[in-house]
Amino acid sequence: MEITVLPRNAIVAAREFLPKDARVFQILFLALLLTTGVLLRDFSLHPLQMALAFAAGLATQAFWLKRLGLEQRGFMSAIVTCCGLSLLLRSDTLWAHPLVAALAMSSKFVLRIHGKHWYNPANFGVIAAITLIPGTWVSPGQWGNDLALAVWLLMLGTIVTTRARRLDISWVFLGAFLGLVALRVVLLGQSWAIWWHQLGNGALLLFAFFMISDPMTIPNRRGPRIAYALIVAAAAVGWQYLLFRPNALIWALFLATPLVPLLDRLFPGAAFSWRGSERVGSTPLRACAISGIRSTAVAEDSPAPARNATAASSSFPVLPSPISGAPSSRPARPAVRGR
Amino acid sequence: MPYPPTRAAWLFVALALLLVAFAATPASAFCGFYVGKADAKLFNEASQVILVRDGNRTVISMRNDFQGDLSEFALVVPVPAVLQKSQIHIGDPKTFERIDAYSAPRLAEYFDPNPCDVSRRERQMGAMNAAPASMAKEQESKDKALGVTVEARYTVGEYDIAILSATESNGLEQWLRLEGYRIPSGASKALQPYIRQNLKFFVARVNLAEQAKTGFSYLRPLQFAFESERFMLPVRLGMLNAKGPQDLVVYALSRNGRVETTNYRTVKLPANVELPTYTRAEFGKFYKALFETQSKREDYRVVWTEYFWDMAWCDPCAADPLSPEELKGAGVFWLGGDEPAIGVAPGTARPSVSPRGGSGAQPVMLTRLHLRYTPETLPEDLMFQETQDRQNFQTRYVLRHAWTGDPAACEAAPRYFDEVAKRQEREAQTLANLTGWDLKQIRTRMNIAAAPKTMWWERLWK
Repeated sequence: MEITVLPRNAIVAAREFLPKDARVFQILFLALLLTTGVLLRDFSLHPLQMALAFAAGLATQAFWLKRLGLEQRGFMSAIVTCCGLSLLLRSDTLWAHPLVAALAMSSKFVLRIHGKHWYNPANFGVIAAITLIPGTWVSPGQWGNDLALAVWLLMLGTIVTTRARRLDISWVFLGAFLGLVALRVVLLGQSWAIWWHQLGNGALLLFAFFMISDPMTIPNRRGPRIAYALIVAAAAVGWQYLLFRPNALIWALFLATPLVPLLDRLFPGAAFSWRGSERVGSTPLRACAISGIRSTAVAEDSPAPARNATAASSSFPVLPSPISGAPSSRPARPAVRGR
Repeated sequence: MPYPPTRAAWLFVALALLLVAFAATPASAFCGFYVGKADAKLFNEASQVILVRDGNRTVISMRNDFQGDLSEFALVVPVPAVLQKSQIHIGDPKTFERIDAYSAPRLAEYFDPNPCDVSRRERQMGAMNAAPASMAKEQESKDKALGVTVEARYTVGEYDIAILSATESNGLEQWLRLEGYRIPSGASKALQPYIRQNLKFFVARVNLAEQAKTGFSYLRPLQFAFESERFMLPVRLGMLNAKGPQDLVVYALSRNGRVETTNYRTVKLPANVELPTYTRAEFGKFYKALFETQSKREDYRVVWTEYFWDMAWCDPCAADPLSPEELKGAGVFWLGGDEPAIGVAPGTARPSVSPRGGSGAQPVMLTRLHLRYTPETLPEDLMFQETQDRQNFQTRYVLRHAWTGDPAACEAAPRYFDEVAKRQEREAQTLANLTGWDLKQIRTRMNIAAAPKTMWWERLWK
């Protein structure tokens, strides 16, 4: 019997049908994680809180796009942020989620430096919530430790399918964080079960692949990016094991973010742009509606996305700056279609 | 046809607001009769701890249900600093009984009214060896050779307490043995991480002479107050001589909100469901089975929330809320002043405050956490955080007694009995699912037959 190996061009052909924008996969995975969390992990999240977060997040995005005359940019990043907020933030009121979503999305348009938004919107939103808004908290233990395998597989899938170019930061961060935890285990003479316990922490993996990896809020060049990942990992370990405070990952990222503009200034590099194009409005809305409000609606055929080879295809508004609008310095591979 | 993005977004906003409008109906108030509870006594080997925390101030009370020769009792707890004698106190076992009774899982029951009554009701269901320790000078040099420093020694109540610092775990284990503490083998490996974190050790054993003076046949709880950034409970040492799964009940008293673990999942136990009425007589058995089944299902990796409520009231009350004096006795230091006040003489409990009344709102939240674990499923000590969550929760189970009238009493009656039959089937299935008990046996005990399957066409032309 002959075993046929899938020809390389078949893989290339298959990729052709896949969306070029990594955020499409990000949204799908986040939506899947959210659904898993709500249905299987007893997330204390009310469907209405989620609906309101999405409503407010999208409305805020729409508001800023209109105000800045950037209407064609779409809503993908808003959906990613709202998924992230729903995954992380817990509240015993209905108004906290929409308020935080609005704050998070606004931060993207208001807190800008060198043509990039400064903070990862979900990170900014969560910190704003737990420091300023009463009745909000983050449950770092909510994932437990047995979902890890599934998350690992998802991540591998993401890497293969999206060829995401700046995922290096995720691996460096994970390596550094787990390395420091391992060092602590050795120094204290603890059981290695503690290390495995940390490795299987769903919240850690989620942070590494979906928050710190946001290409718009990390240094543009590889060297500084790796240094940045090491700094965040060290800060997180310090926060958790020296200060004994909860939510180490989120705080470490928040506190380290001001370093990004500095690193970009010291080591200039071309800003990232989401490659390919995004499907505006309706499709992403449905993508999250599936998980968000547990609707069973199936996305109907959406029109072929308008492809735009320039950096303007970014969903992020490009404000006057010396770097913005420049094409990405390191396209991993030429886009197969649309050229 | 896709809408332009902004329109789609606004449509979504409108839809969500509409949902809010529907959801804004007020939550139904609870009204039922409290009929029973399942307290921590059900779980024979459960350790019980009261953990009081605000800022970095912490008061821990440990109840020792030690069965056996008191001379064999030994307690070793890692603590963040050398405790002064005034930081150690003997608590009142009644405090544990009261807090357990107040927060225990409960059963509430309702009676269906006559379905024929015109005024159709709105059903709103929410539903250590006490060989005298030698204090001789030669002992000191021996201590040093083992790397152990006795920072302080006190006798508090019936306990002889030593606060130790150590540099080497084998030395500490050896010291404890030489001093006559019965330490399980393998202790040094478990002690080492604490030594390397510069933690001190609070070690206690029973002073038999002092114990005899107290006149009690049991050991009273030990309490200690300290300041530490760590909001945690060192449980690993307690697993050394564990045989099979262990139970731990933590009563966390906080000022602002619910307490949960940060390094394990904290989950609310399935509750507020209707059960067959026969469970009234065996609620304890039911609750034990439920807890065992649920813990097993989660592979003993979950910390269960059994109760979270503002200490000022309860509904239904399994027991009266604790009075301010009782709360102080439990270690709550922020009532009536900012200074820690744990030196309340035991046995001074006054009549409890009445629900929603009495001394008014007390800024004390009680979270009752219950976990069943094995050394494998709990590799790391429990770390906690206080959330901002103030939504009350209780493990409450509901019994609904059917109306026992004539099925032909009125037109509404047959329909009512149909509903009752369906409800009873649901109750049987709920009970089977929660406890893992056999559904057929449950039905037999309820005197109900398996629901006949109605074909869809029968409903069509009914």
